[in-house]
Amino acid sequence: MMDEGTELSVTIAQIVQKLKGSNLHSQLERQAKECLQRPEIQLEDLKEDVKEFLKKSGKKHLKCWETKLQNAVYRELNVLPPPSHPEAPAEHIKEPLAYMRKAQGSWEKRILKSLNSMCTELSIPLARKRPGNEQKELLSKWNEMGTDEPDLSHFRPVYAPKDFLEVLINLRNPNYDSSDQPSSKSHWGLIQVPLKVKDIPELRESFAELGLNSGQLGIDDTTQVPADMFESEHAGIGRKVLIEQDSAAAEQYIRQGCPNELRAELWALILNATNEPEDILYYEQLKSGVLHHDLLVDNLIYKDVKLTASNDDYYFVFEDYLYQVLLCFSRDTVVLEHFNYNSATPPKSYIQGKLGLEDYAVVYPPNGVIPFHGFSMYVAPLCFLYNEPSKLYTVFREMYVRYFFRLHSISSFSSGIVSLCLQFESLLQTHLPQLFYHLREIGAQPLRIAFKWMVRAFSGYLATDQLLLLWDRVLGYNSLEILAVLAAAVFAFRAQNLMEVTSLAAAEAVLADLSTLKVMPLLQIFLFATIM
Amino acid sequence: MSKKTMVHKGPGYQKKREGEPRSCIRFKCTLINTIQDVLRQRAGWVEVKDDSEWDFYWCDVGWLRENFDHIYMEEHVRICHFRNHYELTRKNLMVKNLKRYRKLLEREAGRQEAAKCDFFPRTFELPCEYHLFVEEFKRSPGSTWIMKPVARSQGKGIFLFRKLKDIMDWKKCAVRVLYRIPPLFQDGNRSEDQKDETQVESYVAQRYIENPYLIGGRKFDLRVYVLVTSYVPLKAWLYRDGFARFSLTRFSLSCIDDHYVHLTNVAIQKTAPDYDPEKGCKWQMQQLRRYLSARHGAERVEALFRNIDGIFIRSLQSVQKVIINDKHCFELYGYDILLDQALKPWLIEVNASPSLTASSQEDYELKCRLLEDTLHVVDMEGRLTGKEKQIGGFDLMWNDGPVSKDDVNLDALGSSTLTANTHLGYVNDRKTQLRQLLKPLPGQKKV
Repeated sequence: MMDEGTELSVTIAQIVQKLKGSNLHSQLERQAKECLQRPEIQLEDLKEDVKEFLKKSGKKHLKCWETKLQNAVYRELNVLPPPSHPEAPAEHIKEPLAYMRKAQGSWEKRILKSLNSMCTELSIPLARKRPGNEQKELLSKWNEMGTDEPDLSHFRPVYAPKDFLEVLINLRNPNYDSSDQPSSKSHWGLIQVPLKVKDIPELRESFAELGLNSGQLGIDDTTQVPADMFESEHAGIGRKVLIEQDSAAAEQYIRQGCPNELRAELWALILNATNEPEDILYYEQLKSGVLHHDLLVDNLIYKDVKLTASNDDYYFVFEDYLYQVLLCFSRDTVVLEHFNYNSATPPKSYIQGKLGLEDYAVVYPPNGVIPFHGFSMYVAPLCFLYNEPSKLYTVFREMYVRYFFRLHSISSFSSGIVSLCLQFESLLQTHLPQLFYHLREIGAQPLRIAFKWMVRAFSGYLATDQLLLLWDRVLGYNSLEILAVLAAAVFAFRAQNLMEVTSLAAAEAVLADLSTLKVMPLLQIFLFATIM
Repeated sequence: MSKKTMVHKGPGYQKKREGEPRSCIRFKCTLINTIQDVLRQRAGWVEVKDDSEWDFYWCDVGWLRENFDHIYMEEHVRICHFRNHYELTRKNLMVKNLKRYRKLLEREAGRQEAAKCDFFPRTFELPCEYHLFVEEFKRSPGSTWIMKPVARSQGKGIFLFRKLKDIMDWKKCAVRVLYRIPPLFQDGNRSEDQKDETQVESYVAQRYIENPYLIGGRKFDLRVYVLVTSYVPLKAWLYRDGFARFSLTRFSLSCIDDHYVHLTNVAIQKTAPDYDPEKGCKWQMQQLRRYLSARHGAERVEALFRNIDGIFIRSLQSVQKVIINDKHCFELYGYDILLDQALKPWLIEVNASPSLTASSQEDYELKCRLLEDTLHVVDMEGRLTGKEKQIGGFDLMWNDGPVSKDDVNLDALGSSTLTANTHLGYVNDRKTQLRQLLKPLPGQKKV
């Protein structure tokens, strides 16, 4: 194992490498060059003087350079995979366990096969260039693409969450011998891989700020509690954090929830999602990409939006924004970077007639992400917060490459969907054994119901304000583990009714409507008021 | 000849003893929708039909018009409309009353105060104000106007126009097809003259709001519920729940003929070709309030809702002296409000019989809550003290003067520093509130 010092220098080297190509780097360079003219910069102490100058200047802008750099580094630390051996090959950084890599590989093959066969069946190319008049038409309709009613009846989603669940259920570690008879010590759930998940004492430590003694938005801002007890003070702190523009502070702050009015800015700060002219320009470039080329996945996106978000009582209004974001997302090659730490690998397509020749391989779709049924629900809640398409886009993309991708790729990461499923089942088995046993007996494995909630990060299942409070904590703890805890808490809450059902369908019915649930009290009670 | 019905004592009738809550309330209800369910489920309330006497009647306005003047009601009896509610709810009369009130305010309190009444777009009654209308029309060329029939509801007969030529055609049409409306109904004239006169239907021409606030490119209007239990002194309650009704299609001024875009009444949307009754065209008021706060900040939204309060108060004040006050009467109004892009609220219409038919399960539950709480406020059972500031989801908005959230002595501080007691779009904590407020009705399990 490496010692701490080596680990740190590896990390620093990685971050420096990453930031060298960024906008911030060029801005700093420019600024440094400009300041050479200034009298306080002496040749003898050039390095120190320039550093001093950069630290102090920039205050007239919203953020000073030091904070900007700090935020950029913090962002990289957030997404960086855990430090590994300097000799580790790239694929180990994506996913250290071989059997997981293999499973992800075969899953990807299946998806690609499905996509290709749809392509052949419908005789539609994966991509084609749009004729000029079609481009013009699309441009004129850009703000109301939802009014288009293309014939989507032949398209079907490439896969749905339940297909993915079947794959996870069949995951096995070849080195793990689970041939013992099932007993109370063995795992009752569907996931049969031995990953380490936290138990409640460990979760209490991780989620300390959600404890009974700390104020929470989502609990201590209801009408019964006077505002000056927690709410107004917390809002005041939030405003200060925004003025300082410090991502790390914001991340810590948001663990106790975020006031509605500050949320849009705070999330952008935590995600380090900027809306500089360069970002707007980049978005416009993606938009022209959409206009120039039609991709097969575009139809999948249309279909998904029409099937899910448009049918939602609250998100139907944002239909047009969803197209504007998702169509651009498919063409954004910046997203490819996240495959360095994602166990998934982007599907490759070959130019006609050049199958197998790497020089003629092209990533398809350009961002390497094939949408599945329900994908658009990742974007829908964000429409509540952001007005300008470019800002909405940047925030969504950042949320995807930090969190959402983990919900549909097979990996051993603690926030990956496999771990979340196992976490959920363990929590249930440990703390609600009677309920779990009963549900198993009637053929209603709890994960079959909870899986779809977690894959979508509860979007579309909870009321919007509750969902946003939940996502506050996802951002604050930089982890999706809270989804598993919430899923278990929901089962705990409805345990009495669930004990009375006698079929999977009846169990589904009890848990069909989560729109009245208040997320924070449920989490608090489950984590901190459960008798151990 | 008018007939006076004598109130005869029927079976089950008990004269209310002093200080005791009434145990059996006989109600009559001609509407077959949510109100009927709510009344039937209320403990201790018994439905009576036909000619039996009643203590409570949820009637329709037609019945009221024909019978109100001829019946005798005992002190405790309640009925859900005011005799001449149309002073507020008929578009031409409302405008007339508002204009008159505005002039009064200008004389007595100055221009600034009067400007607070500028929440309705320029409106003219046709045909009688035709010349005034043409003057205004010519002053703002290219603007869009909306023509609405005075007496009809659910968006019927409404159209938009930009050229005077468009209404020339309408005028010719209207004269040819004459509507038969009794004078009493049409212009609020209380004349008993029942001559069979055919008259041209009255319309109002109103400046159309061309820059409505859009969400997702769609236009919407707000439906808010205000309960008035007395006009003199004015006592009005505001319900916390309400909803925003979205247009099915994206907003654009270029298609005036597309009826569906501009009219957001649910009744009209239901006939639009791609209307999907399963698809929600409504947002709860809480959702809207949160959305606006997230986009514009709490302060601006607070200011917006204060202005909306102002619309209710001033519209009620404008008809206060005209409405025939009667202690038997209460009325639940449905206010239609439109927001423009500057977040200024505009009054579109006041409905005396807001639709109580539910368009979805969520809508049904909202209307049940609303009607149950209306009955709590009316308090036939006599369980309340009359000093309450909140009853279920209703907040007392005006009680012969502004009502403040805090329990302070009004003389101590200037009224401008107090926060109003309204919570439109806030959490509706009616269950806990009612549990604290009401003792269970006889024969009812503990709430």
